This record gives sequence, C-alpha cells and structure tokens, in this order.
Amino acid sequence: MKLDRTNKFLTGLAVAAAILIGKLFYIQIIDDSYKTDASNNSMVHAVIYPTRGIIYDRNGKILVGNKVAYDMLVTPKEVGVFDTLELCDILEISPEFLKEKMDGYYRDRRKIGYRSVVMLTHLPPEIYMRFAEVAYRFPGFRGQARNIRDYPYNAGGNLLGYISEVSAKDIENNPEVYKAGDYIGKTGIEATCEEYLRGEKGYNIFLRNSHNRIESRYKDGEMDKEAIPGKDIVATIDAELQHYGQELMKNKVGSLVAIEPSTGEILTLVSSPGIDVDILADIGSHYREIAENPYKPMFNRAVQSAYPPGSVFKLVNGLIGLQEGVYTPGTEYPCRMGYHFGRNKLGCHDHRSPLNLEEAVMMSCNAYFCYVFRDILENPKYGSVSEGMDVWNRYVRSFGFGERLGSDFPSELGGTIPDAGYYDSVYGEGRWKATNVISLSIGQGEIGCTPLHLANLCAIMANRGYYYIPHLIKGTGSVSIDSKYYERQYTMVDTSYFPALVEGMYRAVNSGYGSGGTGTVAAVEGLDICGKTGTAQNPRGDDNSVFICFAPKDNPRIAVAAYIEHGSFGARWAAPIASLLVEKYLNDEIGENRKALETRVLEGNLMDKVKPE
Amino acid sequence: MNRFSGRGLIETIDWKLVTYYILLIIIGWVNIYASIHSSEPSSIFDPSCRSGKQFIWMAISIGFAALILFVLNPRIYESLSLPIYIVTLLLLIGVIFLGTEVKGSRSWFSFGPVSFQPAEISKIATSLMLAAVMSQSGYRLGNLRNFLLTAAIILVPMAIIVAQSETGSALVYVGFVFMLYREGLSGWLLFMIGIAIAVFIVTLTISSYASILMLAVIITLCNALYSDRIKQWFKVYLPIFAVLAGIPFLLDWLAGMTDNPGAFISKFRPEYIICVAVAVSLPYFAYRAYRAASPFRWLSIAAFLIGIVFTFSVDFLFHDVLQDHQRKRIEVLLGLKDDPSGVGYNVNQSMIAIGSGGLVGKGFLKGTQTTYGFVPEQSTDFIFCTIGEEWGFLGAALVIILYVMLIWRIITDAEHSREAFTRIYGYCVAGCIFMHLFINIGMTIGIMPVIGIPLPFLSYGGSSLLTFSVMLFIFIALVRNEKRYF
Repeated sequence: MKLDRTNKFLTGLAVAAAILIGKLFYIQIIDDSYKTDASNNSMVHAVIYPTRGIIYDRNGKILVGNKVAYDMLVTPKEVGVFDTLELCDILEISPEFLKEKMDGYYRDRRKIGYRSVVMLTHLPPEIYMRFAEVAYRFPGFRGQARNIRDYPYNAGGNLLGYISEVSAKDIENNPEVYKAGDYIGKTGIEATCEEYLRGEKGYNIFLRNSHNRIESRYKDGEMDKEAIPGKDIVATIDAELQHYGQELMKNKVGSLVAIEPSTGEILTLVSSPGIDVDILADIGSHYREIAENPYKPMFNRAVQSAYPPGSVFKLVNGLIGLQEGVYTPGTEYPCRMGYHFGRNKLGCHDHRSPLNLEEAVMMSCNAYFCYVFRDILENPKYGSVSEGMDVWNRYVRSFGFGERLGSDFPSELGGTIPDAGYYDSVYGEGRWKATNVISLSIGQGEIGCTPLHLANLCAIMANRGYYYIPHLIKGTGSVSIDSKYYERQYTMVDTSYFPALVEGMYRAVNSGYGSGGTGTVAAVEGLDICGKTGTAQNPRGDDNSVFICFAPKDNPRIAVAAYIEHGSFGARWAAPIASLLVEKYLNDEIGENRKALETRVLEGNLMDKVKPE
Repeated sequence: MNRFSGRGLIETIDWKLVTYYILLIIIGWVNIYASIHSSEPSSIFDPSCRSGKQFIWMAISIGFAALILFVLNPRIYESLSLPIYIVTLLLLIGVIFLGTEVKGSRSWFSFGPVSFQPAEISKIATSLMLAAVMSQSGYRLGNLRNFLLTAAIILVPMAIIVAQSETGSALVYVGFVFMLYREGLSGWLLFMIGIAIAVFIVTLTISSYASILMLAVIITLCNALYSDRIKQWFKVYLPIFAVLAGIPFLLDWLAGMTDNPGAFISKFRPEYIICVAVAVSLPYFAYRAYRAASPFRWLSIAAFLIGIVFTFSVDFLFHDVLQDHQRKRIEVLLGLKDDPSGVGYNVNQSMIAIGSGGLVGKGFLKGTQTTYGFVPEQSTDFIFCTIGEEWGFLGAALVIILYVMLIWRIITDAEHSREAFTRIYGYCVAGCIFMHLFINIGMTIGIMPVIGIPLPFLSYGGSSLLTFSVMLFIFIALVRNEKRYF
C-alpha cells in the first residue's frame, strides 16, 4: 500500500512533467503561428507610404494634389524629462491637451509598450520645422511626414470627396490592404477610384537586435518592397467651369449639371449649397458643422434629389406622341387659357391660339401637350388607358428616366416614373382615366427625376435621339472605365422626330423679347442656344425654376440643366444661370451686354425662400 | 570530530539534491541577467541590476544553507515548529495592517531596501507544523479530531493569505494534499475534489445542464463499477444520457423555428428537464438504495444532490465571490473571453516568446521578445519565457527535467527516511515545489491561469529564493541527520 502510493506520486509527477513538455513541444516546434508573431516583433517593417494619385480635370489642371504635412509621434517609453511649456508653445497646443495625452499614454502603457502613437496630425511644415530645430530636447517625440490632399481650385467639393483614416470596418473588409492609421477615400471620386488612387504600400525590413536597436537591413533589403504610387485620375470636369458654376449657384439651393453631349462626360456638376475644398482638406474638424447644417451640404442634389421636371418634360411627351403617330408637327391645338376637361381646367398662360408643335414648345403651351398626352394614353391601338400608360412608361424609361442612369456616382438615385400599376393601386384597378393623370403631360404629378436626368434629356435633344451615360471619370491608358460609357443609348423615338422639337427649343430662346418665347433671357448672340424652360410646382413654397439648354444648335458642345429650388419661373433664375454657364464654356467670357445679368445672378440670394427640412 | 558520533559530515549530505539546487539557482541567475539585459549592458555581477542583486541573494542563501547543514542541530525543528508556526501566523496577520501595499495587496514587510513576504515563510512554518503534528505517535488521519486539526493547520494561514489578496500564494497550499494522500487521506476525497473542479469548469464553459449531466454520468458509472453492473450501465444509462445530451440542441432548434421571441419554447431551459427528471427518479433510486441497504448508493445520491447545489452555486460563486481580476484570469484561461491586450496579453506574449525559441533557442542574450519588454515581469514570474526563448525546447525541457529529478529525489529520500517527521516534511517540500513549478510554467505556456507566483530557485527575488533554499536545506539536514545515526 505504502509503496503503491509512492509510485502513484512518481507517475503523477512524470505525467505532469510530460504535460508541460508536451505543450512546450507543441508551441515551440509544431505550431508555427508563434514564430511568425515573434518575427513581427523582432523585424521592423518600416512602411513606405505611396503617394496618392492626383486627380486632374479634363484640361490637365490639378483638382486634387498632394502636399506634405507632419504627424507628431510619441514613443512613451522613450520620453524623458522635457520642458512641457516649450513644447506646447512650439506645437501651438494647450498644456492641458498635452497633459491629457500624456496621462492617456501612461494609462495605456502596457498596451502601447515600445510602440509609437500619433499625438497630433496635420501639422503644417512651418510648425514642424520649428520643432525639428529643437527636437533633441524632446526625446521620444518625432515628426513623420505624411502626404495630405491639396486643392488648387475651389471646384467640385462634392464630386471629389474626402479621405480620412480607415474605419474598423474598412480594415475588416480589406485586411490585406489597410492598417489602422491608413487613409481611404470616403466619398466622391476619392472613394470610387480608391483602388487606383491609393497605390501600394512598400516597406523596408530592418532587424532589431536584443538591445532594441536597429541592426541591419534584413537580407540586405532583398525582401524590401518599393511603394507603388497611386495612379492619377482624369476627371471629365472642367475645373474653371465647375468653379464658375459654383459661383453662379452660390446662395441658391439646387443643381447645375453640364454634359458634353458627344461623349456623356460631365463638365460641371454643382449641388448647392455644397462643400468647399478647404473643408475637405480637414474634414475631421468640420464634421459637426456639416452634420448640423440644415441645408445638408453633403447631400448631392444633382444625383440624389427627385424633383418634378415641369415643362421641360413636354419635350418627352411631344416626342412620344410623334413616334406613336397621334399627331404631326403641323397639328394645331387650341388653348383657351388652358386645357378644359369636364368641369375642370389645367390652366395655361396668355398666348395666341391655336399653335403648332414648334410654337407650343417655344411658348410652352400646357394645353397642347395635354391633347398630345391624352391621345397617347387613349390611343385606340391599345385597348385601354392602362395599356397606353404602360407604353408611355416604356418610352419615358428609354430616355433614362425612372431608373439610375448608371453613372459613376455610387450614390445616384433613380427617381420615379409612374405606370398603370401605380395608378391602379391609388384609384383602384381601371377606375382612373387619362384626365386623372393629365398633369403628367406637363411634367407634374407623380413624376420624379434628378437634375442629372434632365441634363441627360438635354443631351438627348442635342444629339437628336441618343445619349452616352453621363460619367465623371475619363478613361485613360492606366485607368479604364466601363465600356458602357462608350456606347450610344438610343431612345425608343426615331431620330427623325427630334428636329421639330429642337427647332421649338431654338425659337424659345432666340425669337426675341416679346415674341412669346419663354427662354429669351438665355439668348447669347452667335451661340445658337436651344432651350426649354420649366416651372415646377413646389408644395413647400415658390415654384422651382427649371431650364435645360444646349449649344450650339448644330454639333452641340454642351448640354446644361439648371434646377433652382423656389426660383419661380424657369426664365427667372434657371435660364440665366444655365445660359451664363454655356456662354462661359463656349466663349470663355461673358459678353458686355450680359454683365448685368451675371451680376444679378452672382448676387442673387434665394436662401431665405428655402425652408430647410 | 565534533560531539556527534557516526558518519562524517560531508559524506552524509545528499549531494545529488545539492547539485540540482546549485544548477537551478545558476540557471536562474544567468536568465535573470539575460531577461533584463537591454540597451545598456552591464556586468552580471553589477549589484545595481537584478542579476547582481540575485547574486548577493544566492550568496546569502548558500550561507543560510551552510548554517542549516553545519551549525543548527536538526532536532530543533520538531520542537520549534509550534513557536515558528505561531510567530508566522502573527506576521501574516500583522502584514495586513502594517505591510506596504504592492500591486493592490498588502503582503510585504519592508525594512529599508529589504522586503519580505510572510506568506513565503509560512510555507516552511506550515510544513514543519504539519510534520510535527502528524508524526506524533497515535496520530491517525482517519481520526476526525486529528483530521480537523490537520485541516486547520493548513487552512488558517491559507485563509489569511487569501485575505491579503494573494490567492496565488494560497493556491500553493493545495500542494499539501499530496502529502495528506501519502499519509492515508482517502482517495475518494481527492476524486471528489477533482470532480468539483471539473464541474466548475464545465459549468462556466458549457452550461450547468452539461455539468449536471456529467455528474450523473460519473456517479452512475461509479455505481455500476462498484456493483459490477457495467453492462447494464451501457445498455440502460448510456442511451438515456445520449438522449438527454441532445435536448439542448433540440431546444435551440425549436426556438429557432418560431418567430415569436416571447414563445414558450425560447424561455424553456433544459435545466427544467433535469429538475423534473431528478424529482421523479430520486425516490426510485432512494427506494433501491433502501432495499439494497447499500451505503454506497446513499452516498452516491447525496453526492449527486450536493453536486447539483454546487453547480447552481458556481455561477453565484464565480460572479459574486471571486474578484474582478481573478474572474478575468479564469475567463481567459477557459477561453471565455479573448483579449490579447488585456489579461490575455501577458500569456499571449509569453507564448510568443517561448514559441519563437524553436528547438534550440536563439542563444544566450539573443532573445528579442523577453528583452524588449513584450513579456511583463520577465525576470520574476515570467522567467521561464527567457529560458524558452533563448534556450529553446531543449533548454526548457531540461529545466523541467531538472525539477522532476529534484522532486523525485526529495520523494525517494522522504520515503527512505525512518522518521515520520522527515518523511512528512519532505512530502510538504515536494508538494510546494511541484505546485509552484506546475502553476508557474503552466501559466507561461497557457495551460494555467495567470497566477503571480515565482518559479522556485529561478525567479528573481530574494525573499522567494531564500525561503526555498531554507526549506530545501532543512530537509537535506533532516535526511543527513538520519543517515548519520542509522
């Protein structure tokens, strides 16, 4: 018995030792994961950050470049005694801030260990240079150069987007690429082209000896990796024009979009109020201000707001009617201060009557397009209004309305175009008639489209029947864009029907004051601007002012849509703004006779008409 | 010759033990030097750094060892054990009020540059006291009075040490269980303690349902083995348990089927089934126990009921009795919480350091992990990391084997001793060293929770080195004394 127990002890001792040795064997010899961890600790990977790609405008001007700023790094373990006040003075920080930081490092000292932590970011070079002169007096503190974004033009704040430190989620989604402290494009082009712009980090590997000193290059730098700079991006934006557009839209709420019809390239896209580029550069300290601004400057109205298009939509209905054969350009319809149906009336303004198509476009007659629209829906070809409605819906969609155009704005929204099913659900199946939905004829009612849609419609008119999907990034040798941007998108309306309406648009602008043309304010001598005004009801107050125009009439180079919230008649704000933009683009300057108009627009302030949500 | 007759002084000393001891303290000293050897290398003898201080303590320890071996009469220990024990208890209590606070616990006395922990001395005092009491003629562990006295000798200092928030040091007293077992403590008692620990772990990691089920399996299996009905157990009980084990999964599945979060099924807990099953089956088992008049069965039923109470109180124990940092350490060990930069950080870093050593290590002073301060406390509680990193698997295994040889030698010496006092004291020493060894190394390689106790003879720290040296050399002196006269 006695001996038995002793043997049990000795066996137990051997087993316990075997457990320890077995686990040692496992972690020291079998399991490799602890070894790689250790090499991370003893090899120093000095990261070489690539320079981020530059964003150019269409003419080779730099929209977003890089400049150097400094981060202040602290290695708490190496910090010795130093003159706190002197450091605060140099870095222009308060002693309380420094004390708070140092206390924080002391609290987390175990977590930090021998690592360095970032104390300050975005120090301008002047401050850093002052520090560098006396850096020897502050052991444990050092500066690290970092490229930050630089914006030579105040143009396209909302388009360019900003970069900021990666979030935990970004790292999780892409752990190979991002490490804490890296920068990533969060919005706009910075985000959509992140893949090209970011480049690839490189590193130098150094070996640390057991004295914590860097001893040598690991394998003579054989395993080092060069940083690959980010690729440059060429935007379709015209920096000067974008800047001018922003100036025109200052103190107005709305959007201004210009497209090159022959390519679909977006020349200018303004959402007002927007973000100035100097805010982008230091977005971190403006978050609150932006978030609290009732006008939502981050919200890109040009691609995200769905508005009723108003009278500019008459062009679409006119074209569908021609294609469907319910009338011809020569058809005349009467207008007695509006379109009368039953006891109701859809009003119109005072103009002569009857009118043909060209004149109806020129004078923006409501009644004319009510006749056309009603005939489309009640076309005997299709058994019912319901059927006709769906045909109409398909036509409208072929103009790009009612869905995302497929631009390279990730945030683009599609707007709405109603179909028979929609009205069935509102009125009950088969319990509605063409007259119930008659306001669609003039672009009112249950119809929503973005300013980008309208600019695209304008490009379709300019091209007489097709468009290229609007886009912001130009394809270059190193950056390729989707082939869809190079394909013509035809509408369901034959190109032969377009000239009549284009002629109407031409006359709307160029018939001279007093002729009844609604857009004569937009006329610029020698530019042959063709335009269509619109005045869209806005339940929140004054009507929205809408204008689309392209120029020149033949081989158009620019198609513009202006949408000004609470801007009253189309001719009041939208037409001057759009035409000034066209003039600037085509003539490079504003003619003497239009200077007064320019001043009125630049100084105009509609902000107090807008009730923010 | 001196006044003692018999064999010579030198030849009766157990030189093997002394050799192991010398080897261990030298290994410790060298590795303390390596572990703090950093940006400013200094001599290993430099008294301003830890290796130099340790060298001084080694000299002092060897001086004490010589004193014990050659000057003190080994017979005094038996007679002095009671005064030593009482003084130690007073010191243990006194330190709570008079000690200096280190890392949240008051367990150190400071006298200028020298500080010591009464908890260290109390290991020796308790061992001597146990040896003195248990070696008296007529002592039987089976006797309740004797058993309670023995338990009190162990538990009183243990309780005071827990009161000092030094739970780690108190845990070492569990090592005395080995001695008690050697002296005739029932194996069943140990078995039950083992099961209690298993229930604790299973309850925390899986569920109270699982641990009750485990308890039922073990107890019925023991019953079956005891009454030789193992075949019946496999036929009847095993299927039942298999079904019961499936119930939580079934319930989970059913709860997943309904959308209503307030549904009966999602509130229904598998523990309810156990309660009903127990309430129904217990009278039956009690009746069978009564019919068979089997005390073993009665005991089983009692053990099962106690186990259930224990299981349900573990949650309470864990969340309300244990302190925050202790709970966290256990959680990290059991893998309940994964936080590499919190409590788990130490273990993670120490495993990286050891793991990076590979087979033969990085070489003396070439370790990168331990010297950068990645591993905290690297010269005291985490000294084994330095060994593992710089000497690799071979070095680390060698150190463990050296310990095993030391403990083995103590056990065989104790076993060969003719005096109960020597034998009991020897087992106490072996138990203490073993507990320290297993907890400390286990902690550095992640199989034990982080419990801050030193590695005997190796860790930096005069108080610990001196205590273990004195403890060991008292035993060597006792053994030598016997050899001289028998």
